[in-house]
Amino acid sequence: MVSEPHVETLALREQFDTAAQQKDASSLGMWIFLVTEVMFFGGMFLAYTVYRNMYPAVFGAASRSLNATLGAINTAVLLCSSFTMVLAVRAGQLGRRKVVIIFLVLTLILGMVFLGVKAFEWNEKFQEHHVPGPAFHLEGTPQQGEAQLFFSLYFAMTGLHALHMVIGAGLLALLIYQTYKGRFSAAYYTPIDMIGLYWHFVDIVWIYLFPLLYLIDRHGVKP
Amino acid sequence: MGFRLFPEQASTLAPQVDHLLFFLLAAAAFFTVAIFGAIFYFAIRYRRRSDRELPKAIHGSVPLEILWSVIPFGLTMVMFTWGASVYFTGRSAPADAIQIDVVAKQWMWKLQHMEGPREINELHIPLGRPIKLTMTSEDVIHSFFVPAFRTKQDVVPGSYSTTWFQPTKTGKYHLFCAEYCGDRHSGMTGWIYVMQPEDYAAWLSGETPGATLAENGRKLFQDLACANCHKPDGSGRCPALAGLFGSTVSLADGTAVTADEAYIRESILRPAAKVVAGYQPLMPTFQGQVTEEGVLQLVEYIKSLSPEPKAPSQSRDRQGAVRNP
Amino acid sequence: MITAAVEEQQNYLNAGYGLKSWLLTKDHKRIALLYLATITFFFFIGGVFATLIRIELLSPHGNLVSSDTYNKLFTMHGVVMIFFFLIPSIPATLGNFFLPMMIGARDLAFPKLNLLSWYLLVIGGLFAIFAMVAGGVDTGWTFYTPYSTTYSNTWVVATALGIFIAGFSSILTGLNFIVTVHRMRAPGMTWFRMPLFVWAHYATAIIQVLGTPVLAVTIVLVAAERLLHLGIFDPARGGDPVLFQHLFWFYSHPAVYIMILPAMGVLSELVSVFSRKRIFGYSVVAFSSVAIAVLGFLVWGHHLFVSGMSLYAGMVFSFLSYFVAIPSAIKVFNWTATLYKGSISYATPMLYAFGFIGLFTIGGLTGLFVACLGIDVHVTDTYFVVAHFHYIMVGGAIMAYLGGLHYWWPKMTGRMYPEGWAKLSALVIFVGFNLTFFPQFILGYLGMPRRYHVYPDEFQVLHVLSTAGASVLAVGYMLPIVYFAWSLRYGKLAGSNPWKATGLEWTTASPPPPHNFDQIPVVTHEAYDYSAVIDEEVPVG
Repeated sequence: MVSEPHVETLALREQFDTAAQQKDASSLGMWIFLVTEVMFFGGMFLAYTVYRNMYPAVFGAASRSLNATLGAINTAVLLCSSFTMVLAVRAGQLGRRKVVIIFLVLTLILGMVFLGVKAFEWNEKFQEHHVPGPAFHLEGTPQQGEAQLFFSLYFAMTGLHALHMVIGAGLLALLIYQTYKGRFSAAYYTPIDMIGLYWHFVDIVWIYLFPLLYLIDRHGVKP
Repeated sequence: MGFRLFPEQASTLAPQVDHLLFFLLAAAAFFTVAIFGAIFYFAIRYRRRSDRELPKAIHGSVPLEILWSVIPFGLTMVMFTWGASVYFTGRSAPADAIQIDVVAKQWMWKLQHMEGPREINELHIPLGRPIKLTMTSEDVIHSFFVPAFRTKQDVVPGSYSTTWFQPTKTGKYHLFCAEYCGDRHSGMTGWIYVMQPEDYAAWLSGETPGATLAENGRKLFQDLACANCHKPDGSGRCPALAGLFGSTVSLADGTAVTADEAYIRESILRPAAKVVAGYQPLMPTFQGQVTEEGVLQLVEYIKSLSPEPKAPSQSRDRQGAVRNP
Repeated sequence: MITAAVEEQQNYLNAGYGLKSWLLTKDHKRIALLYLATITFFFFIGGVFATLIRIELLSPHGNLVSSDTYNKLFTMHGVVMIFFFLIPSIPATLGNFFLPMMIGARDLAFPKLNLLSWYLLVIGGLFAIFAMVAGGVDTGWTFYTPYSTTYSNTWVVATALGIFIAGFSSILTGLNFIVTVHRMRAPGMTWFRMPLFVWAHYATAIIQVLGTPVLAVTIVLVAAERLLHLGIFDPARGGDPVLFQHLFWFYSHPAVYIMILPAMGVLSELVSVFSRKRIFGYSVVAFSSVAIAVLGFLVWGHHLFVSGMSLYAGMVFSFLSYFVAIPSAIKVFNWTATLYKGSISYATPMLYAFGFIGLFTIGGLTGLFVACLGIDVHVTDTYFVVAHFHYIMVGGAIMAYLGGLHYWWPKMTGRMYPEGWAKLSALVIFVGFNLTFFPQFILGYLGMPRRYHVYPDEFQVLHVLSTAGASVLAVGYMLPIVYFAWSLRYGKLAGSNPWKATGLEWTTASPPPPHNFDQIPVVTHEAYDYSAVIDEEVPVG
């Protein structure tokens, strides 16, 4: 076997024997990380499920106060960003630097659009007094407390999702810079691949958040 | 009280818990002795005599592995079943239990007898009668713990929890708060006084002859103008409450609930949560307007409107303390 | 190996000098030492809190400190000992150092991530220390709502943030271990040739990765409730404080296995080496680690038997709790059976191993008591539970940690510790521990609630006994710190394999070279095959 640690390169760090072993390790590591993320969001999904079952009527009413159109637009934006991300990874695999940069920038822009829309929505909530706290008021239900529960979960879930988007955007910016500097090639594009996985994960979380928060009971009868 | 190694047994549950304990102690002692004995024996018998010793490798034994998995497992299933049955007993109050309402707050216990007397950090109860507690907290989580009765139940804000016990020995027993509740947690203690029934009757009559819990509830019902909508004959905008407790209520969303203490409490504090079929969600919330003690009084009043309570408790009939207004 | 050659050889310790060569190292062995220093520091801090608690409890009337201070003491004792000492203890030090070596790897899969994990622990620790210095936190390490969210006026958010950050350290360590075990094994190192220490760490890593994120989000929600007026656990808004307990224990019960599984891994190594026998039922012991990791996730509800959970939920959780007891019992039986017809040495690590088996047996058996519904109602939240988990976490985990530290000390430093003093420390700790915690079982069954600053007079005798034991225990813990430090300079040179052990870590120099092996080993035989290291066979008499 290898007697002395070989000369270290990006594609082959000194603790590995082959580039394939390193790539395997990276992707296994990333998938495990995503599992931890599933557990992280899982805690909030559990809380949501419990409370939705306890207070279906209020949660329905509170859910109907959300702007489903903006939610739908954001869903579309994120799905497109996942598509451009895939194209960036594919370009990375082929070693086409410029194309990688173009698609990463597009992904970043779409991510920013999502965050912009989200910020607009949150701002609406502040103006409508839908933010949990002393000034909270939701029309159409006497149960202001439980309505606050819904919005607590809404802000916690969309807030932590948005935080993941911000981190993702930062990672994309770093990738763009590194690609521009010529760090990646067809032989080594693992970071693009891995951050791609992360981006898709964040996308999928939203795919669950959107129907849970905005759509269930959309057309339910007002109590 | 002097030094002791084993707690007093002062409830019907206590000997049951202790028997279970002795069984587990015996099992634990057996395994401890067996394992310690084997280790000591092997360690001496097979001590290393030369640094070049090489014992023969033994790979293991499937029959042994099965044996020492299955036997302990069988033993634990006995522990489980026995433990669960004791737990079940400890959680199921007999129908004729004396009802006492408990409100915990930082850092005191407030206890209300149905007949009216209220106590703080002290509870007087008669010997030989089952006592059922309905408990809630005004602030953080507390836990009602009487070691001599082997009983403990967390008291959680926002909901009712219940526990029961039947004292078997007169005397004075510790009441502890067992769930950490802040600064003076260790000061949130009190005494349970178990008295001979006649002494208890004397004690009850000696207390300030106030209104019963249900009467206080009725007064509160009037003060809050509940009767404007909840008219006794059912002609109001809201359902009549006579006969409600213990009955099955059909709700607007098609489901049904049994009207117990928790349901009545929820309906006072969160009226829109469970709306009765055929009625509009018109009732405002009384959260913040009624204390937890007040809610318990209202609950008792509404319970008193059911002439023959079907479930959980028949205490006031037996006490003969509460009658329809 | 000739001792003179060891000194001349380049090893991981003399490969670089200066602060930078340590603080920016990617070498898992150096990072393990950084962890060792860090957790020893935290153990000391947690120990000071414990000492104050025990002194305070000498008197039933709370004369030494105020109730407010006492509440902060037991909270910070718990927070520091659990999150900054026990969780990282064996995995981050011994695991970090030896897991790659045992499977014949040059390093963990992600060395930079490994260093980052250490920095996260330090940063988390700094937040916790800040909270302590600024005024402390008084919620109990369990942070039960609504006390932690609404009523406490102490540094809850800073402490929570510290735990959150330290949690990432634990997650990343677990992730690193899983990938390393999957992808970095040397040629011939099949899954069933791995030492049981590696199996145990693999199982631990599964828990770290699956459990810790749930604690993280729970803590975030508590902090959000304090800072942003969100109200997810707020009963005033219809929230359920018991939901917090479910989420909290979903991590914190498996967290007990994060502490004890690596200890079991150490034990398997010690029992094998010092009886010079293959572990009895190797594959059963290996699978029992994984079984504990999986079953450990299904039993959290046994912390909530008196919380107002439904009767039937209580029964299900009690039933499942007994399932998790079985694999632990199986391990104890197999260790005992390993001794049979072995060649048993009484070297210090083995004494610690005996101590572990004894204390863990008692801790485990009393676990059957608290899993038993009928008894748990009486003993939960009393000193019985305090005694039980100290038997597991201190009696078990720390005994194994110290045993492992003695066993691998010659490999880590190239020097032997002084055997006589070390034997003494094992004895003192065992005696002191039992004296401290055994009376607490009795206290608990008598009804002494935990977290009590003042208590009824009738409990005093047992409390005094416990405090007396604690002072013996404190001496026991000080001894290794002193003689380990002494041995760094004056200890006998160890040589590469002083115990005639079989693991790959013993095939390389002591201390090991920077990349562990001059040549990546090719594994041709199973673990614990002593015929490979002992040239001349003398049959056991």
